[in-house]
This record gives sequence, structure tokens and C-alpha cells, in this order.
Amino acid sequence: MIALLLRDIRLAMRAGGGFGLGLAFFLIVCTLVPFAIGPQPDLLARVAPGVLWLGALLACLLSLDRMLALDWEDGSLDLLATAPLPLEAVVLIKALAHWLTTGLPLVLAAPVLGVLLNLPVEGYGWLVLSLAVGTPALSIIGGFGAALTVGLKRGGLLLSLLVLPLYVPTLIFGAELARRGAEAQPTTTPLLMLAGITAGCLALLPLASAAALRVNLR
Amino acid sequence: MTGLSISDLAVLRGGVPVLEGISFTLEPGQAVILRGPNGIGKTTLLRTIAGLQPPLAGTVSGAEDRIAYAAHADGIKPTLSVTENLTFWASVFGGQDIAPAIAAFRLEALAQRPAGALSAGQKRRLGLARMLVTGRPIWLFDEPTVSLDREAVGWFADAVRTHLAGGGMALLATHIDLGLDGQVLDLAPFKAVLDHLDDFDEAFL
Repeated sequence: MIALLLRDIRLAMRAGGGFGLGLAFFLIVCTLVPFAIGPQPDLLARVAPGVLWLGALLACLLSLDRMLALDWEDGSLDLLATAPLPLEAVVLIKALAHWLTTGLPLVLAAPVLGVLLNLPVEGYGWLVLSLAVGTPALSIIGGFGAALTVGLKRGGLLLSLLVLPLYVPTLIFGAELARRGAEAQPTTTPLLMLAGITAGCLALLPLASAAALRVNLR
Repeated sequence: MTGLSISDLAVLRGGVPVLEGISFTLEPGQAVILRGPNGIGKTTLLRTIAGLQPPLAGTVSGAEDRIAYAAHADGIKPTLSVTENLTFWASVFGGQDIAPAIAAFRLEALAQRPAGALSAGQKRRLGLARMLVTGRPIWLFDEPTVSLDREAVGWFADAVRTHLAGGGMALLATHIDLGLDGQVLDLAPFKAVLDHLDDFDEAFL
């Protein structure tokens, strides 16, 4: 399992691995939004948590189609399916590698980009916390979408359409947590809901993803 | 160590039965060579035995967690070096030494080369070397000699012979005479007959 994780991270870091893709997209979105909205610090501060969350979510979405498709194309997925690893573990490890190479950099970059969006001082800790708790769910849900669409040529479009509705609860509670944090309101409820979504995805979706993969490998 | 036994197996490709009534056994030290025209279902049969797809009927016993499968695609990552590719598969299958596999397919000089920079034949050698690091007793090969030169085919045959001598088993779909003494199974007589169709349905097949 460790070997698969290390291989996926190494592949992402090598040339053409798409490591910086999500991060660059996030950076672009957060840099351009102030230009689009105009020089209104109050308005920017109000929309900052939502924009940061939306940017992070779309950045995650960008690299999902590569999660399993590349392994399917070169035959690695067939070989992994006959390996001693259960497919559930394969999918989970793939999602973890995706989170480490896409989600984690977004979490770390978010406070820096918060400055560009005039995020209130109280909000930074909550923003990082909400992304740290919420982005793993994005990767796991994305892994499920990737498992459903593996083997389809240009499955990226279908993948986005399948995954976006599943992302909505995470987005709602993640952005709500960051907003309440920024406005110094009580944060317990959205934090618990967000953590619950992530824990639920972690527990259930690897099973569903592995089942989808088994069907798609036939 | 027990062998692999296939009894009355029927397999599907794209929802259509392609082969039926296949029975054979593979005892330790034996090889079976599958023959048959294109489209007869050699790959489908191998995938079914490997557990990648369910059979329509019949049973495969003795295959669980004992099979290494070499498909048409080699499962090689172009940005990883030859050594990294092999080390990865070795650790997935439980950490065998990769040196014998590299030696068997004469990959020493290429060991540090990124796999993307290899020729088709060299990639195939790397893909076949992967079978050695799995440590699995039953090897399934789907057209293993594609893009190999005559010398490399010899190395491959030697590797399989060594594996068989050590009590392993091999099931090969190939049209090349590898000089292996194994039973040849011609799949043509097992072609599935599409009965229970009337003329109207047949017009759409």
C-alpha cells in the first residue's frame, strides 16, 4: 500500500504529472476575482470564504480524471486488480495520493490567497481548518467518480457532471464554516457536519468505488 | 502445491458468449499453450481465469491469489525508470528481489533509463520481467512475444522454463513456437454456438 502511495506521489511530481495544475488554477481564480469584483474591500471580505472554497473545489475537480484513467490506459489497473491488494485499498490510496498532491497544497496556499481577497483576520484559522477537514472528502468523492467513468474516452465531462452534485454538501458546510469563522459566529454545527461528511465518505465510498471498478474492468 | 483446474468454463465478451465447455487442468511444472484464430476469445479466457471478469458458467479453482497476469498492455509508467517500475511491482506483490528479473531479460544496461525512453521490445521485456518479481506460481501470458526479437523470445522461453522447473505453471496464448513442452489447447472447437435465436434476431447480430 505504501508502495502504491509513494509511486503515485512520485508520478505526480515528475514531469507531466500535473502536480501544480490544481494549485495554479486556485491561484489564478483567487487573483482574478478581486479584479472582477472591483475595489470594494467590504464586499470582497464578504465573498472571500465562498470564493476560496469554490476555487479549491474546482481546482480539485481539474485533476480527478487522471486519478484512475492513466492507470487504466497503460494496463496497470488490471494488474493491480490481480495483485494482493484489495481494490478498496487501491481506490483509497489513490484518493489519498490525490489529496496529498492536490488538496494539501490548496490548504496550505489558502491563507496566502486569503490576503488577496481581504479575508478578515479571525477567518484564517477557520479557513485552513475547513479546507483541511473538507478537501479529503473532495478527493474521495472524486475517486468514486473516477471509478465510475474509468475506461470512457474523454470521461472528464461525465465525471464532472457526476461529481459536482455530490460536492454540494461539502461546499455548503465548508464555506459556511469558513464564513462563520470570519464573522466570529458559532462554528460547531458546520464543523461537525463537514467532519461527518468526510468521515462518511471515507467509510462508504471506497466500497462503492471498488464495486464500480470491478464492473468497469470486465 | 496444487494445480489450476478449469471445468466446463464458458466466457462472455461484451455480453456475448464466445467460448463454452472448456475444461483442462494445469499441474505444477506444466505449461498449456492456447491456440486459436483472432477473436476466438483467448484474451477473454485469460481475463476470466485471472478473475477480472466473471465466467458465464463453470468454475476456475486454484486461481485465487496465485496468478500473475501479463496482458497486452505492460502497465509501465513512462516517467519512472526501469528499476523503479520493477521495484514498485515487487513491493506490491510482497517484496521480491528484482535482480534476477533484470538479469533474466538482460535489462542491466537499461536499469536507470526512464521507461518512456525504451523501445517497444524493451518495454515488453520490462513487462515480462514484472512476472518474475510477483512470486506467483501461475503465470498467464497474452501474446507475450509481440515486438520481441528472436533473441529476446529465447530469453523469455528460458524464463518460463526456469519457472516451470521450479514447480510453477504457465498458460500462454501465443502463435509462436517457443520450444516449450506443454500441451497445446486449440480453442476453435469450443467456440460458443449461438442457439435459441430465430432468424429475426440473427438479422441484428
